Formats: sequence, C-alpha cells, structure tokens
Amino acid sequence: MTSIPRAVTIVGASLAGFNAAEALRRDGFEGPVTLIGAEDHPPYDRPPLSKQVLAGDWEPDRAALTDTEELADDGIEARFGLRATGLDLNARELSLHTGETVAFDGLVIATGARCRTMPGTDGLSGLHVLRSLDDCLALRADLEAGPQRVVVVGAGFIGAEVAATARGRGLEVTVVEALPTPLGRVLGDEMGSVCAEVHRDHGVDLRTGVGVDRIEGDHRVERVVLSDGATVDADVVVVGIGVIPNTEWLEGSGVQIDDGVICDASCLVADRVTAAGDVARWPNQLFGETMRVEHWDNAAAQGAHAARRLLDEATGPFAPVPWFWSDQYDRKIQLAGRVRPDDEVRVVNGSVAERRFAAIYGRGGRITGVLGFNRPRHVMRYRALIEQGATFDEALAAEF
Amino acid sequence: MRIVVDFDLCESNAVCMQIAPDIFEVRDDDFLYILNETPGEADRSRVEECVQRCPKQAISIAED
Ligand SMILES: Cc1cc2nc3c(=O)[nH]c(=O)nc-3n(C[C@H](O)[C@H](O)[C@H](O)COP(=O)(O)OP(=O)(O)OC[C@H]3O[C@@H](n4cnc5c(N)ncnc54)[C@H](O)[C@@H]3O)c2cc1C
Ligand code: SF4
Repeated sequence: MTSIPRAVTIVGASLAGFNAAEALRRDGFEGPVTLIGAEDHPPYDRPPLSKQVLAGDWEPDRAALTDTEELADDGIEARFGLRATGLDLNARELSLHTGETVAFDGLVIATGARCRTMPGTDGLSGLHVLRSLDDCLALRADLEAGPQRVVVVGAGFIGAEVAATARGRGLEVTVVEALPTPLGRVLGDEMGSVCAEVHRDHGVDLRTGVGVDRIEGDHRVERVVLSDGATVDADVVVVGIGVIPNTEWLEGSGVQIDDGVICDASCLVADRVTAAGDVARWPNQLFGETMRVEHWDNAAAQGAHAARRLLDEATGPFAPVPWFWSDQYDRKIQLAGRVRPDDEVRVVNGSVAERRFAAIYGRGGRITGVLGFNRPRHVMRYRALIEQGATFDEALAAEF
Repeated sequence: MRIVVDFDLCESNAVCMQIAPDIFEVRDDDFLYILNETPGEADRSRVEECVQRCPKQAISIAED
C-alpha cells in the first residue's frame, strides 16, 4: 500500500534533514515540504564547531547551511524551536512539545544524535559537551577566558579536535582516554599509536588506559579524578565520549528502535516514512552489514536518498562506502570503509614518521578501509577500490 | 557552464575528484586542480553533484 506522498514533513533540521528537503525540490517534488527542528537556528554545519568556530577563526554565521529566506524561496516551510515528542503512524500525526499535533503524509526522520554525558555532573559550570552551536559558543567563551588547563575526556575524533583547537589557542591540555591507544577500537593499536604521538608532538598531556572516576568542584569544575587515583586540576572540562541517537520521541510508535531507527536497505522505515543521518540504522548491502554512521558525508547523502525513496519506490539500496575527515593540528585525517581494529594494516604511500601517509586495511582477502594522514587523493582512490570490492592484493598492487 | 572553486574554502579532500576525476584532481602537493573548467552540458549533473557533495561548499557553477 506504499504510495507517493502528497506532502513531506521532515523532523530534524540539520544536515540530513536539510539535504532531504533540498533533494525533494531538486527532484521536482512540488507538494508542501515542512522542516521541523528542535534548535532555534536554521540548519548549520557541525564540523566547524570543533575547528574554525571554536578556534575563533570563523564567526558562527559562516557555518550556516542555509537561512530562512533561502528555505522560503525553495518553498520549504521552516518550523524551528519545536521538538517532536510523539509519532502516531495510524493517524499520521506528530505531536510537538507545545502540545500541538501536526498531520503528515510522507515523513523523513532525521533527529540525529546527542552527546553522552557523565552521570552526576549536572549543574557544574566549566563542564562541556560539544554537539550544537550553542555548546560551541559556550565552550569558546570558556576557552577565551584563558583557563589554566583544559581536560578533554575521551580521545575520539571530537575530543582530539577540541584538544588540537585548544592547543592552537596556546592552552594547556590534558586528554584522558580509557583505551590503551586513542581510537584503538576503530583504527587498531598501530594507527591509534600514531594518533597518540601526534597529540604528544603538539604538547598534549595524553593519559591513556585510564578512566575518569569523577569530576569535582564547587559550582565550577576544579579537578578531574582519574580511575588510578591521580587528579588533574582543570577549569574547563570537555566530555567527548560518544553520542546517543535521538529516538525517544518514537517510543511506542511501532517504529523499530535498536540503537537508532531501523530501516530497510533503501532507508524505508514504514509506509511513506524514511530515516537518514546519525539516527538511522540500515543494512548497507555493499558490506553485508547493518550500520549506523555518524559522519557528515553520510548524513548529507542519506538525507537525499531518504527523500528520493519517498518519491520513487524504485529507489535502490543506500550502499555507500562510509567516509569522513577530521582536522587535527595541521593534519587532515581521513578514513574510508568499514575497518575493524584487528584488520591487517599496510602503509601503502608516504611516511608514518612524517605523518603523511596512506594505510589500507584488509580482512578476509578484501580491502576494508583506507586511512590517510594528509593523503586525500589516495583515500579517494582506495575508497573507489573498496566500492568495487577489490581484493587486498589488488589494492596492495595498485599504484596511485 | 564554468566551474568556480573558492580555494580559500577548499580543503583538498577530493570528494569532487571521486565523482568527476576527469574534471577535478587533487595532486600530491595536496592542491586541487580543475582539469576542465568549462565542461559541456553532458557533464552538468555530475558537476552539480560535486557542488552538492563538497563538504566545504567550495564549488559553484557560473553560467557565462
Ligand atoms: C563538533 C562536531 C564536529 C564534527 N566534525 C566532523 C568532521 O570533521 N567530519 C565528519 O565527517 N563528521 C563530523 N561531525 C559529524 C557530523 O556533523 C554529523 O554526522 C552530522 O551532523 C549528522 O547530521 P544529522 O542531520 O543526521 O544529525 P544532527 O546533526 O545530530 O541533527 C539532528 C537535528 O535534529 C534535532 N532534533 C533532535 N530531536 C528532535 C525532535 N524530537 N524534534 C525535532 N528536532 C529534533 C536536533 O536538535 C538537531 O538539530 C562532527 C560533529 C560534531 C558535533
Ligand atoms: S570536494 Fe570541495 S573541498 Fe573537496 S577537493 Fe573538491 S572543492 Fe575542495
């Protein structure tokens, strides 16, 4: 009974939602399009929030993806500052936090993810997470105040970028990472160690293999107590310990939730309902694996795909090679593919010592991924090989 | 159709090159080179995809 919707409502007005709205118009959809978002801002780009905006090099408006005027020109009804609190698939109605109900026909779920927080730390000033523009500006103000030391909890990509940006401001930085090597669970220990060295080269006090026991302070953070009993004095603490998909509003709606909204291979969730971006979990047929991807490129492409899927039932599976970049200090780190920490790793170009290299990952005779430090061209070439399903040997033999 | 890249924004991540390697190339000096600044209409949809997918919104199309 699936059919083409007469109108499309998008919940979540960030990268995936915005790309969905634009794709509807690009593909010639002429019906009403409504974009509902919990934040007061029109859609903006998050990557600069840990980089240029946090560094103070960009004013926030440079991170804007669009503005209300442009949306109006495209005939997209923008409703910001509104949080969806419920979904009724039978009545085809959304409820909003204001108590209002909104009828919909087609729906794109694009509510993304939010930061995981540390329990028992509510209300302390100087304690930050980084997801939204408001988070970024609050942290930026604290960094501008010239703190004695910034402690970053978690050496994942966001934590690493915050550490790099704070060092760029000349601040003293300690990074606390529970794993033996930063990103070890993603990149494996060998490449994780390279990331560790990059931090240390830039004067970061990196503590690995140790967790955070508690964060202490009276109104304002004063120190971080580590699981080995050590304490680090800090006036700013940034917690970067991962994200949780925003799915609570869908509970009880019949939409299947399991660390994300469960979609089919084409991003379909239910009749005339699709999902995209950080919130979506779908079977990526290229890898024969169900995944939820928290990258810019994925949110942009999947947003467009989810919109297209509403307009055309024949839209095929969404099966990209996941790819992202991270700027840390003067390095551009990029990873494409689906790597596991125990994959075989081979440096195929450049020099690890100079931190300019490409390394490929392999498992079961296939190339599974490519990691580049200032090697975007190679990352894209190997990414194409991954897409083609090349063997590890073919990838090793390739010359770019 | 003429391709314009704002090189102040471009971060050489080669997304455009993956979509249209005959038009965009990131070389070993890490700079982006436009191989064909004025592609024909047949290439329009690929170039538009590059415009759309560039994470830095560095590419635009001038109609002159
Ligand atoms: C600081 C930072 C730096 C990053 N840097 C990079 C990078 O360098 N490279 C990279 O590849 N990726 C990066 N990312 C990741 C990338 O930004 C995300 O993958 C992308 O933002 C996901 O987009 P999304 O639209 O799916 O979700 P989100 O961006 O999370 O947006 C979801 C939106 O939905 C809204 N919302 C949530 N619940 C509701 C509700 N119930 N009702 C209405 N609205 C709701 C939220 O307020 C939010 O605006 C970074 C992320 C952050 C936070
Ligand atoms: S996709 Fe954009 S940022 Fe990347 S190389 Fe091309 S123009 Fe530059």
